[in-house]
Amino acid sequence: MIAHFGFGILLIAFFVTLYATLTSALSKREAPQRAASMVESARRAMLLTFPLITLASALLIYLLVNNHFEVQFVYQVTSRSMPTYLKVTAWWGGQAGSLLFWSWLMSAFASLATLRNWERDREFLPWVILVSCFTLAFFLGMTAFFENPFKMFYQTSDGVGAYFFQPANSMLFTPEDGRGLNPLLRHPGMVAHPPLLYLGFVSFVIPFAFAIAALITGRTDDRWIRITRRWALWAWLFLTFGLVFGGRWAYDVLGWGGYWGWDPVEIAAFMPWLTGTAFLHSVMIQEKRGMLKHWNMLLIILTYDLVIFGTFLTRSGVLSSVHAFAQSAIGPLFFGYIIVTFVASVALLLHRWGSLKAETEMKSLLSREALFLFNNLLFMSVLVVCFWGVIYPLTSELFTGSKVTVGPPFYERATGPLFAALLFLMGIAPLSAWGHSTLKTLGRALWKPAVVAVAITLALYAFYTRNAYALTGFFLVAFVVSITVYEYWRGARARQKSKHENFLAALSNLTKRDRRRYGGYLVHLSIALMAIGILGIELFQIETQGTLEINQRMSLGGYDMQYQDIARFTGPDGREVTRAVVGIYQNGQFLGNLHPRIDYYWDAQQAMTIPGQRATMKDDLYILLVNWEPASASGATFKIYVNPLVNWLWMGSLLFFAGIAIAAWPEKDRERAVVKASRQIHEAGAAK
Amino acid sequence: MNRETATTRQTTMHPLLWALLFTAVFSLAIYSIAFAQGSTPTDDEVNQIAKKLYCPVCENIPLDACPTEACRQWRDQIREMLSQGKTEAEIIDYFAATYGERAASDPRDKVKAYLVPIVAILLGAAGLVSALRKWRKPQAAHPAAPANEAQLPAQMDDYVARIEEELRNRD
Amino acid sequence: MTETTPSRRAVPLWAQITIWIFLVGLLIIIAMGLNRAQQGTVQPGQQIADFKLTFYDGYRIDENAEINLSDLRGKVVMINFWASWCKPCEQEAADLQRAWEKYEPSGKVIFLGVDYVDTETSALVYLKKFGITFPNGPDLATKISQYFRIRGVPETYFIDQQGVLRYVQIGPFVNLEQIEAQIDPLLK
Repeated sequence: MIAHFGFGILLIAFFVTLYATLTSALSKREAPQRAASMVESARRAMLLTFPLITLASALLIYLLVNNHFEVQFVYQVTSRSMPTYLKVTAWWGGQAGSLLFWSWLMSAFASLATLRNWERDREFLPWVILVSCFTLAFFLGMTAFFENPFKMFYQTSDGVGAYFFQPANSMLFTPEDGRGLNPLLRHPGMVAHPPLLYLGFVSFVIPFAFAIAALITGRTDDRWIRITRRWALWAWLFLTFGLVFGGRWAYDVLGWGGYWGWDPVEIAAFMPWLTGTAFLHSVMIQEKRGMLKHWNMLLIILTYDLVIFGTFLTRSGVLSSVHAFAQSAIGPLFFGYIIVTFVASVALLLHRWGSLKAETEMKSLLSREALFLFNNLLFMSVLVVCFWGVIYPLTSELFTGSKVTVGPPFYERATGPLFAALLFLMGIAPLSAWGHSTLKTLGRALWKPAVVAVAITLALYAFYTRNAYALTGFFLVAFVVSITVYEYWRGARARQKSKHENFLAALSNLTKRDRRRYGGYLVHLSIALMAIGILGIELFQIETQGTLEINQRMSLGGYDMQYQDIARFTGPDGREVTRAVVGIYQNGQFLGNLHPRIDYYWDAQQAMTIPGQRATMKDDLYILLVNWEPASASGATFKIYVNPLVNWLWMGSLLFFAGIAIAAWPEKDRERAVVKASRQIHEAGAAK
Repeated sequence: MNRETATTRQTTMHPLLWALLFTAVFSLAIYSIAFAQGSTPTDDEVNQIAKKLYCPVCENIPLDACPTEACRQWRDQIREMLSQGKTEAEIIDYFAATYGERAASDPRDKVKAYLVPIVAILLGAAGLVSALRKWRKPQAAHPAAPANEAQLPAQMDDYVARIEEELRNRD
Repeated sequence: MTETTPSRRAVPLWAQITIWIFLVGLLIIIAMGLNRAQQGTVQPGQQIADFKLTFYDGYRIDENAEINLSDLRGKVVMINFWASWCKPCEQEAADLQRAWEKYEPSGKVIFLGVDYVDTETSALVYLKKFGITFPNGPDLATKISQYFRIRGVPETYFIDQQGVLRYVQIGPFVNLEQIEAQIDPLLK
């Protein structure tokens, strides 16, 4: 009953979205009066989708939480023994539910965008509704007709099958228990990772919608960029956090001692991040100098289609991956959608190409805009490497018949130098001026931080490492950090002198005056900190494996571990837990016990290796229980990793959050003032 | 096939390289003898090689971390080959020949794997440089850039002025 | 808007054409990959291309230590994909062997065991444990399994005297009769 109701609501939501799409698209042909009322009607239809999809989602969650196994989706992703919070998160734990979740977020964001003040940008409204509703209609259509979470099991003469409606001569069939969520997803990290990633994906649709609106209306100034600047920043934040949480989850759950395996699906989420990051930087050039209009359009189109492409890759079965959903029929639909949107957007861009001419010219190869261009080139190069890494096995299999694996060595080798160059640019770009810089002016601003960075590197050479890659990396990190701190210090000192404020007040006022710049600097700092973590684990990770008897010891990287005890018992949700107790010592001093364990899920017939971890800023001790046979007397096999500096990665991401929050926190008064001022300009321009 | 190309290349080698090659082969030989005679290879030695292999049963999980029975057998195979004195390269070659190229984590046909991205990046760089040159040309026609923009002030007071001005010019 | 109307400079035609060709090429590659992913195994009715199977030590067909499928025209061929690490394969191993013992004397049927992603040591232990006497060999470089696009092990393929695939069994056989039910019609 409830499932039927949910299905009905889903259908209504789909048709309402379709109505909004068509009405906004057709409004252009009508007389202004009628067009305005059509757009208003489309806008209201758009706003209606959010409560509708929310209701459908609430019904699905009700079914999930209350063990309605007669519903196919509930049967697939939950089981009686799962705790309630996991039953709720099972919403996005399977194909059908996660598509509904995607639609729900999309509708929320589109509604938010629709609710903003449109006074100044009336002409954009129908097209923003069109693009966001078209996207929403696609996802809703897929949820309603192809991957419906409300399908139910019926017993017919041919056996049990899942149907939308009760077939003739059939009975509702309710399985005793569900299959349960994929064990990999039964982890608190999975509560945060997919929603954040989807939030990032979905919120990039809004800047795209505005970009398309700008292209369709032929309004070629940077208005669309100014409207969506904060959207893009928040989208970027969500996407970054989605990736970081995903890394953290992999580190805690997958048991291979790392956080990033260059898996195709990870790359699929990373690619829109790359174009999004390039976009955030290059729009600044358009705002300040009126250049790169084509490029920004192309970047946001790419970001949008890479978002869809990433979703396509994970759900179509084209790639096999640890993260992949079960194979499904929606692959071709996604593919068709990508073709339609990409070709239409690029054709639109080519159509408007001539009117998107730059307003100023590039004056110096060392100007900030030129450096931003190099930054864009580097981001696109990383994108090319990633894209090729994903596509190459496909082409190889198609053309030579031999399957190949493109594993971490390829990506590390190919992207390493690019990331190093990006760090370097991150250092010098803030010091170069808009419009014009020479080697001399740049050098004058640069030499002090450079000296500090060299000194730090020499100290590291003397006391920490002789590894050339590491030293290069640490030098670049030191360079970025000292430049950024120096910039802050210089700005605050200058204010302190001229305004006679104390240093802290000067610092905070400075940040308040240009939150975008100083928030951006904080983000740069956070990236540098995260780079420390990445360098540490990538270059200095050590590991060992051995089989121990009770009370035997094994040591690695200054740590000693003593195998003390092991026990096997059944967990509350039916999994079989094998848990070892391991004592940790350093220099003979007892530090505490760790509990590496193996969880075996009988319902899914899958084992998970959960590490015992001890984290410090210097390094992580990460112990895995690899094997233990209760019958044999040969002891237990452990694998130990020491992951130096990896915590800087997680800490850095917190600073990242602070930076974005400073740069993108809504600024009501100021925004309104700016809107008012530029409206006058706009009206003056129109009057001409 | 491989051996043939290797020998043709060797004939043109510098004597110093010969000496290096000799020492390398010699030390390898000693290393393998040590293995052949010594105890069984440790887990760490096995994992060192397993890291570079992918077993098709565990998609995208390196062999050293994959818990399935098939992968355990593969690791035993590595251990056995190590104890026979095989080198890492030989073992990886063996796995690629027996189980297909996809067993190796690093694409073995380097040209095919790296050529496309390198060419694409170089094309992108060339495109950027040519675009920059095109943009810079008009500068010759009107070289007079505003003077206040042209110089980064060295003094603190000027710096304040610049910051204040930039802040004022924002939006 | 605020800028002076620029001269409408379009993208040169050659650049447009290059971009579109590149994009279409890319899309075709992805479409082919998608198509491949959507296909199941090789379908019955299809002529099976030739392949070579080299047997493990001790297995022979007419004194040959390897066989080409094309040499087996005129016989019904059953190809069984298995692996020593595969638990369901153990369920059907005895039935397969009994079926082989039944059909071998006639000389009209050949069983081939193709060992998927397995180490030779464990494979030989497995074959010995279940007393398998029909010829078995490793799937070198996974070429054969890739051709059949197997989705897992065990899978069994029945090929008729003309080399045409007639039936695909996904998963293990439960009893001898299931195997006979596929072979007997082909022998008529």
